Amino acid sequence: MDFLTYSLHHAWLIPLLPACSFLLIVFAFYSLPRLAAATAITALGSAFTLAAGVAAAVVSGGISVEKPFISKVNWFAITGLSVDWGVLVDPISAMMLIVVSLVAFLVAIYSVGYMHGDPGFSRFFAYISLFAASMLGMVLAVNLLQLFVLWELVGLCSYLLIGYYFYKVSAREAAKKAFMTTRIGDFGLLLGILLMQVMFGTLDFQELTAKLPGFIASSGSGLLTVAALLIFCGPVAKSGQFPLHVWLPDAMEGPTPVSALIHAATMVVAGVYLIARSYMLFADLPSALTVVAWFGGITALFAAVIALTQREIKRILAYSTVSQLGYMMLALGVGSLTASMFHLMTHAFFKALLFLGAGSVMHALHDTADIFKMGGLKYSMKVTHATMGIAVLAIAGIPPFAGFFSKDEILLAVSEVSMPLYFIAALTVVLTAFYMGRMFFNVFYGEPDPHQHPHESGGWMLFPLVVLAVLSVVGGIVPFALGFGDWVRFGPTHHAGINWAIAGSSTLFSIAALALAWRMYGSKQLSADAVAAKLPWLYTLSYNKFFVDQFYTLIRSIFVDGLGAVLYWIDVNIVDGLVNNLSRSYATAAGLVRKLQSGKIQQYALVYFAAAIVLVVWLGGVR
Amino acid sequence: MIGLEHYLTVAAGLFALGLFGLFTKRNTVAVLMSIELMLNAVNLNLVAFSRFVTPEVATGQVFVVFNIAVAAAEVAVGLAMVFAIYRDRRTVNVDELDWMKW
Repeated sequence: MDFLTYSLHHAWLIPLLPACSFLLIVFAFYSLPRLAAATAITALGSAFTLAAGVAAAVVSGGISVEKPFISKVNWFAITGLSVDWGVLVDPISAMMLIVVSLVAFLVAIYSVGYMHGDPGFSRFFAYISLFAASMLGMVLAVNLLQLFVLWELVGLCSYLLIGYYFYKVSAREAAKKAFMTTRIGDFGLLLGILLMQVMFGTLDFQELTAKLPGFIASSGSGLLTVAALLIFCGPVAKSGQFPLHVWLPDAMEGPTPVSALIHAATMVVAGVYLIARSYMLFADLPSALTVVAWFGGITALFAAVIALTQREIKRILAYSTVSQLGYMMLALGVGSLTASMFHLMTHAFFKALLFLGAGSVMHALHDTADIFKMGGLKYSMKVTHATMGIAVLAIAGIPPFAGFFSKDEILLAVSEVSMPLYFIAALTVVLTAFYMGRMFFNVFYGEPDPHQHPHESGGWMLFPLVVLAVLSVVGGIVPFALGFGDWVRFGPTHHAGINWAIAGSSTLFSIAALALAWRMYGSKQLSADAVAAKLPWLYTLSYNKFFVDQFYTLIRSIFVDGLGAVLYWIDVNIVDGLVNNLSRSYATAAGLVRKLQSGKIQQYALVYFAAAIVLVVWLGGVR
Repeated sequence: MIGLEHYLTVAAGLFALGLFGLFTKRNTVAVLMSIELMLNAVNLNLVAFSRFVTPEVATGQVFVVFNIAVAAAEVAVGLAMVFAIYRDRRTVNVDELDWMKW
């Protein structure tokens, strides 16, 4: 009990430890890679231990969403504006703390093996520490402004890590793309936060919760909906929702452990968490919720269709993340914070596992990424094969793996609200199972490449895989049985239940989709090319990611480049022309005047006498 | 009968001659000599006016003496400068000496 109380009252240490690790590595251990890694792992491990203590304290101490533990200090106060900085611990943030610190901890351990021999080894661990620190701090934020500051820090870290291989053009471009795309959303988010401040005079989550019902009763919900939609812009960009998802697949340019971290626990779930954290705002605004739900639903299906035809293993996983994040948004949009957070947690486990497994595979195959150039790896990489298999079953929603429970909760919640969205979600489940099967069977079954001699990865990399595999098995059923919804919820207690019609049908469809994938890519009884040839337009659309990137390029070439050309012409010809011609006219005038200053005495004398004659004639004329 | 106009005409011719020399001569010494010519034209005017307009006072003649004194001093200074310039520049051609614009 002592440790639990201690953890709760020192929750501020959780983000601070990795932050200190970042500073230590940058300023002291930069040239000592082993010590740098040890520092990062120790800090993240301690953070996880504390987070576990906090979670236990929340459960045993009766801390609920209505009665959170808050500890804060005044950050600054000026007339009409007082902003605090502190920690807000409730079941939602406690769950996030566990997920983020655990995944970051495992990713750090994995990276010791994966990044071995990399010249930027220390830098990598410094970034990872800062990334985890920002995310953990964001999770604990007591107000929207603190959250926004750390939200931006998360964005910065993703920029640094995606561009980790900065000597590669593609990595630089991907980092820029991620930063600038999310910036569009951040702009909306900041406007939304400012609007909230103007309307309520506070950004504190607790105060907002208290003030909101009265505000809606007196002033209506029109302006609030605008604020909510502006805030939603942030998550659309950060959590890779359509149409701002374009940066996420490119984010795989970073080292694979970073992809795992970004896709599972930090960057992209920040958006989902933001909506969950400000749910008291969204919960009373049906139109805003409908927007969130449809964005989520469309994203889920859209990304799943793209994932069907991608060839690079990390791209498949990246679109899978986009799709799964769509699920989480969808769940939030239909009013089930519990389902969304539950899926966020299970997804963190199996998506981290999938990425780390993909990293293990690519490591063994010397960075081959194309799944059609892999094959037969189940013989040489038994642990990776087994753990990846568990992750695939988990994401496909096969019971009793983790994904089944969370996905079922989402489907259930959606079915109670909107039938069209339910069909979209159910179709996405089938597609997810299929593309995951496609990836898995291509990589691990079939004929091995005789030119490659893959070896199983080392212990540093296998340990996190095994831990995450265990979590992908029990991460759904255990919280489900323990009443996840009693703690992580918004409004009344959410009683866990399984609708057998929905769960059964989705499971059957998933198994059928996996079986189809096996027949097409495992046993090769069906030709994938023949199927693709039957639906060429769909295949083309999917393989080219619905041309969204090209669309943006077109928009950019028309508006940005076109406008730039016009402005450039104006600048060169009118602005510069004005200045240049002005100076040229001065030069000409000076050229005329300088002829008078020849320095030749006879010319001066000539002028003098000419002037004298003119004067005499003129004076004589006057008289 | 020779009157004032004849003297003034000669002086004007002398002055124009000096002016012409002043503008056209390249050699500084020749330029100085042209200035002497112009001064002499002025002196001639002064004497003529004194003789024909105010014969009772000798103011004009006195001015001429002053003028001759000043001209002598000026030539002394002028020649000294010409020598100094020649030592510095190896030339006394006025069209090559354009450093008055500094």
